[in-house]
Amino acid sequence: MASIQIEKLEKSYGHVSVLHGVDLDIADGEFIVLVGPSGCGKSTLLRMIAGLEDVSSGEIRIAGNRVNDLHPKDRDIAMVFQSYALYPHMTVAQNMSYSLRLRNIAKDTIGSAVAAAASKLGLDPLLERRPKALSGGQRQRVAMGRAIVRQPKAFLFDEPLSNLDARLREQMRAEIKKMHGDLKATSIYVTHDQIEAMTLADRIVAMHGGVVQQIGSPLELYDRPANLFVAGFIGSPGMNFLAATYAGGSVRLADGTLVALETVPALADGESVTLGIRPEHVVIANDGSGMRAAVELVEPTGFGIILHLSLHGLPFKIFTLDREALNSGKEIGVRFPAQYLHLFGTDEQRIA
Amino acid sequence: MKRSVLPTIAHRLAILCYIAFALFPLFWLLKVSVTPNDLLYSEGVRLWPSRTTWDHYAFVLQHSAFPTFFKNSVIVAASTAVVVTICASLSGYALSRFSFRAKYLIVALMLLTQMFPLVMLVAPIFKILSPLGLTNSLTGLVIVYTAFNVPFATFLMQSFFDGIPKDLEEAAMIDGATKFIAFRQIILPLTLPGIAATLGFVFTAAWSELLFALMLINGNSAATFPVGLLTFVSKFSVDFGQMMAAGVMALIPAALFFLLIQRYLVQGLTAGAVKG
Repeated sequence: MASIQIEKLEKSYGHVSVLHGVDLDIADGEFIVLVGPSGCGKSTLLRMIAGLEDVSSGEIRIAGNRVNDLHPKDRDIAMVFQSYALYPHMTVAQNMSYSLRLRNIAKDTIGSAVAAAASKLGLDPLLERRPKALSGGQRQRVAMGRAIVRQPKAFLFDEPLSNLDARLREQMRAEIKKMHGDLKATSIYVTHDQIEAMTLADRIVAMHGGVVQQIGSPLELYDRPANLFVAGFIGSPGMNFLAATYAGGSVRLADGTLVALETVPALADGESVTLGIRPEHVVIANDGSGMRAAVELVEPTGFGIILHLSLHGLPFKIFTLDREALNSGKEIGVRFPAQYLHLFGTDEQRIA
Repeated sequence: MKRSVLPTIAHRLAILCYIAFALFPLFWLLKVSVTPNDLLYSEGVRLWPSRTTWDHYAFVLQHSAFPTFFKNSVIVAASTAVVVTICASLSGYALSRFSFRAKYLIVALMLLTQMFPLVMLVAPIFKILSPLGLTNSLTGLVIVYTAFNVPFATFLMQSFFDGIPKDLEEAAMIDGATKFIAFRQIILPLTLPGIAATLGFVFTAAWSELLFALMLINGNSAATFPVGLLTFVSKFSVDFGQMMAAGVMALIPAALFFLLIQRYLVQGLTAGAVKG
């Protein structure tokens, strides 16, 4: 296992720049999740660490050694691909042992390493099968087994669960977490699924447009998103945003309602801001207090209820566990508790 | 669910008609080759002669230069197939995986070579080969056939390589393989169907090529089998029985060859590689 440092890493294809100076320090044994929408550069970053893409400028160090010009085979990393990328003409055992065979490791050592990995992943009865005789979940396990059969410096995961159905994805997610707990291996995991990011990561790296938006623990990103992008990306359903202007310790919404803030930010009166609040933090006020919002759609999820509202003519969502919400009429009242408010400036950065 | 019988019967009948249509010339070849000479014109049009004989086969094998033609053809067709397939595998892989300067120029040039009728090229090629001493030689034929088959075979191989996910090579490289080892141990085994198809295609093309064989070869010693067949046509008569017997025997290697490779042609080796 090893630490990984990334410094001022840039990537461009011709004149198109896809990564704009990424800095990232990954500690030994840490589980890092790169998350962001399609095209944000997260997969490119992972592939650069793996050595599958050239570095345009900047530096990647694994265990202190600069690896920019090293071939993938010399970086001593393992990778799990979204497509699994199993060798179809080899059996499961051969797939898993391929990396060890390439290193000319003694047969008995290979045998025991494969057996250990197989039993860890429950693959023992499948060792002699070819990939085409496996289900999607089993293929996924073989891809993981191929990675853990040797002790690489780091594990890279490129959206490994996105081809699985929801139930299996949940199960594999837990298994990956458990495996990381056992192996304590430095891992970098790419996903566009914020739930995967939240549940797996020691630290999340939120990316957008080739720029790192925020690095922090899952709860940091959830509680104190650094900017509008992170605020909107983390959490489901996504955060509500309302245009507002600052007015001495409160913000004034479009309809003139004043919403009190918990702390007093360094803002001049009349400055425009964006107010954010998560759907699960909005309080339904049926006693007549609070703002009135029109109910447009009610989505029961079983666990809770998502209300799609129209507040001042703008879409607004509430997530509530209160089943009473199912019977809400055409209009309900909503209140914003001050401790759950997020305030963003015109530059989209967090103010408070 | 029980399927209705009628469509199945219609389906089988349609296939049967097609097969009968496609195989009839072959059947006629066989029929004439076993018909004794005295019955060839006397019995009228019959599906099978009243008496059959192997005399034509015996004569062709013992008294004609057919064994030489046959040997020459095997040498030429097999060498061409092997050389073309090796060249096409490498160039097809390059076209499929690498981006390099002038790639599209090369592709355009290769396409261009496919546009000319071969007849136009006979004279210049003769002019080129003659001072090199490559006319009337099997080597010359192999070179010419290779040159004409490589472009198409390259495109064929490229399409097979395109069908193999890039992830597989990348996984191999991360597992510790060099690019070449990944090509040899992972990509090549998966391209076996493509290699078989290319081998088969080139082999048959070279096996039955007549124009260049006729123009570049004179005399029996270096003649291939399509040229040799013409020796059964003399000034005054055509010895159909012997010609057909030679034709049937000439089919054998091609048929054997396809029997050998058909396993790879039909097998989808990449199944299960990636989610699909």
